Amino acid sequence: MKFLRRFFLRLSNLAAARNADQRLQEEIAEHLALQTDENLRAGMSHAEARRQAAVKLGAAQAIREQHHAEQSLPFLENLSHDLKYAARMLVRSPGFAFIAIATMALGIGATSAIYSVIDATLLHPLPFPSPSELVRVEDDLSGVGAQGVGISIPEWKDLQSSGIFQSLAITGTGANVNLTGAAQPLRLSFKQVTPNYFAILGVNPQLGRTFDPLDPTPGYNLEVVISDGLWRREFGADPRILGKALRLDNDVYHVVGVMPRGFRDQGTTSDEQNVELWLGAGFAGLPFPPPRRSFRLASRAVLARLEPRLSVAAAQERLDALTASLKKQYPADYPPQVNWTVRLIPLSESVVGSIRQSLMLLFGAVGLVLLISCVNVANLLLARASVRGREIAVRQALGAQRTRLIRQFLAESLLLFLLGGIAGFGLLFCTGHFLLRLVPESLPHLNAIGVNWGVLGFALAVSVAAGTVFGLAPAWLMSRSDLIGTLRQEGRGSSGSRERSRARQVLVISELALSLVLMVVAGLLLRSFWDLFQVQPGFNPDRVMAIQTWLPGPNDPSADIYRTATQESVLLREILRRSRTLPGVEEAAIGDVAALPLGHNHGDLNPLPLLREGVETMDNQAPIIDSPIVSPEYFHLLGMPLLRGRLFNDRDLEDTPRVAIINQAAARTWWPNQDPLGKHVRLRLDSREPSSPTGPAWTTIIGVISDARTESLSDVAIPQIYRSVYQHPAKNVAIFLRGPLDPSAISAQVRAQVQSIDAELPVFHAVTLDEVLSASLSVRRFSMEMVAFFAATALLLAGLGIYGTISYLVNEQSREIAIRLALGAQRSNILRMVLRRGLVLSAAGAGLGVAGALVVSHLMSGLLYGVSPNDLSTFATVTVVLATVALAASYIPALRAMRLDPITTLHSE
Amino acid sequence: MREKPDVLQGTLALMVLKTLDVLGPQHGWGIARRIEQISGDLLAVNQGTLYPLLLKLEHEGSIASEWGASENNRRARFYRLTASGRKQLQAEAREWEQTAAIIARFFKIKAEDLA
Repeated sequence: MKFLRRFFLRLSNLAAARNADQRLQEEIAEHLALQTDENLRAGMSHAEARRQAAVKLGAAQAIREQHHAEQSLPFLENLSHDLKYAARMLVRSPGFAFIAIATMALGIGATSAIYSVIDATLLHPLPFPSPSELVRVEDDLSGVGAQGVGISIPEWKDLQSSGIFQSLAITGTGANVNLTGAAQPLRLSFKQVTPNYFAILGVNPQLGRTFDPLDPTPGYNLEVVISDGLWRREFGADPRILGKALRLDNDVYHVVGVMPRGFRDQGTTSDEQNVELWLGAGFAGLPFPPPRRSFRLASRAVLARLEPRLSVAAAQERLDALTASLKKQYPADYPPQVNWTVRLIPLSESVVGSIRQSLMLLFGAVGLVLLISCVNVANLLLARASVRGREIAVRQALGAQRTRLIRQFLAESLLLFLLGGIAGFGLLFCTGHFLLRLVPESLPHLNAIGVNWGVLGFALAVSVAAGTVFGLAPAWLMSRSDLIGTLRQEGRGSSGSRERSRARQVLVISELALSLVLMVVAGLLLRSFWDLFQVQPGFNPDRVMAIQTWLPGPNDPSADIYRTATQESVLLREILRRSRTLPGVEEAAIGDVAALPLGHNHGDLNPLPLLREGVETMDNQAPIIDSPIVSPEYFHLLGMPLLRGRLFNDRDLEDTPRVAIINQAAARTWWPNQDPLGKHVRLRLDSREPSSPTGPAWTTIIGVISDARTESLSDVAIPQIYRSVYQHPAKNVAIFLRGPLDPSAISAQVRAQVQSIDAELPVFHAVTLDEVLSASLSVRRFSMEMVAFFAATALLLAGLGIYGTISYLVNEQSREIAIRLALGAQRSNILRMVLRRGLVLSAAGAGLGVAGALVVSHLMSGLLYGVSPNDLSTFATVTVVLATVALAASYIPALRAMRLDPITTLHSE
Repeated sequence: MREKPDVLQGTLALMVLKTLDVLGPQHGWGIARRIEQISGDLLAVNQGTLYPLLLKLEHEGSIASEWGASENNRRARFYRLTASGRKQLQAEAREWEQTAAIIARFFKIKAEDLA
């Protein structure tokens, strides 16, 4: 404590030190004057009076110094001296300073850029009170290979009363709803939530109220909370919005509240994050299906707030116990083979989820670039040591302590790294806008990414840490110079110690190794990306556009004019007929959003239990399968060839036997070594379909189509069972058009046609399948481009490094080379001698690098597609490229050595 | 915990405070002269050491200073005791007297008194 107090006192003295010293000086002068006056009065001569006064006072200078030493911090003072000196040294060699600072600016700027992304996505706390208590609850049926199947209402009630959670909310995952009544029907993203939703998040509205957490309404409570964006855009920020009636899917809701400006729903999909309407609902009454224990919907998510001070792990443990006892209590609902489990995922994690691995890869890559730039600067610092050998020796000869010298060199490198860090941050700050455009839109928290104080702090911290670590070794080596030897040499250039040149070679080798690692990573990612890009998706996206509409689903099913497939087919057939008349349209088809290849979210899928005749008897034992709904033209339009059986036709209607088409993967998985044609299956009813007392009818498999990568380009095939839209109604309708279309005009044309049939239908999201395809690769493309950029930077830096080292070696040996030449050595021999040096260095670097790259490539094998982590051709190509660059970089100094003029060289020494 | 000052410095500080207490505001030279006068030749103080001490005391808040004019119209810095300085003086004087009394008792003691 006492030490600390003294330290701060002295620290504050530092600022006042000049004042105090000045005052001391003034007072002493004043004292001397007064004493001299006194002595004069006593009758002394003028000179004697002064002398006596001085004697009486004592050694004034010593007093001043002692006072100074007592009151100040010599360390900080020395530091400021060192920094001033370092700044002068940098100004004196601007070329060196520029290169070193630019290198560091590149390294630290790139690292800070990636850090700013990570800061916003992985490190940012959620904008809710006590965010660590917030979790998502996910149900899995791992026994039938299904994840995130949603929760049933009885299960939700069990969890509510379990004592593990303060509260749980069921929510949708973002869905469409039509807002009608204005000039143009609007499709909005909404989320139905249990009334306790906002209470769990702990967010209050800026206007009005949210839902009453205890509202017991089983269906929709007909209250709606709207987002700030919608309020401003559609209602002109009307302060009297509360109580206003909105017609949503033909039902009337009343606005009760407006959420604050910054509030965004936390979701994994952009649909979910852009939710603009929240509807309160109990999920237990119409239009929701009756609550049954094993009835789950994948489009339901659960958000919960844990009891305070309960860790996620502890909560999970108690939850596991609860699920075990529920399984015992309701054995019929939880057959052991489906293996029902409930997982807790911290909300912060569920939002970033899959992106983490890619970001960590980028951070690792950029870390390597930083390391290489540091090594490069350390190398430059060592090179300067040889130039400054004489200065160091003179200072040592004059009595400078070694620690003092090290401290001074450290100050120099710190200054250099700090300037580099600041320059890097400045660069990032200026180019931030431009860089942000490279970030894929699918990245969560995209809006939160920014160059802020945290990033500045990070840049400075990294600079200081790197400056200390990478400044220490050169400083230590520099301070060890051989005093006598250096001073005895008459020329300015001293041959550096052997140790120093060995250190430089080690640095260059590590630099080469690191850049090889980075290049291998980039190469492998490039190969993966290329393979994915080249992969045959199994469908033909060429010249195809998809345009969506949403058929309203009012809460009272009997008010739904598109309730049955027969009712809906009138509309769909008319849409298809009119679409075919549009300019450029050659083919048209209809599907639901799940049928939109690569363009749908998990929540859009409608996975249903597949009961095979004679195999499964109960819904809850059946495997889960994706079941898109399509019109007969769909397969031909997307170029998905029929392998066996037949496609749907216009005679497959609601009152004819149910038929379905499966893909090869489904045939392989569920009917191995059998002919699936003619097999009967039962798919549990969609919640939207009118239920019949006898349960779903048998569906006959009539055809097998070839596999297509409709779920993800990297998955070869996922079982699918297609049903006909004329037998099963769909709300989330996508219109597929093929032909030489004009993407900018087609949306308006389709809208006009659709709305001339039903003026209340919105038309939105017109995309070409090529765009969808490319968007599905956006995160991969982003990380590949970034890593490739980093690898190129690393290669450049490594090239500069080896160039510098070889030039330095040539300089150092110029005398020796000159003598050899004078004695008649062949110039080609000299060239070969220098090149051999470069070759040895790059061979060592490549060897180390290959070993490192093997480790790294295995660590990132999860990010690779279609290429082995030990891919020989990638490794070979990268090694050759690196060796070529290294040789080219050593060729320039080698040429210089070869062309050395022995006479001038020997004279100048 | 207060740092135990070395005897000479601590004593000098006490002398300065007492001088200011008795004589009121003084400039540096005046203080030095008074100390010399009172202690006579017994104390050979290097006058220069007085000034760092004055700075330190001022920094600690025991004394305060302002510019004024000396007797022969020289500009000089005058020091005066502050309230906290007065308190410090009283405390230290008491401490000093106690110490002195104890030491005195030790010196008075004879072998037979302890028998």
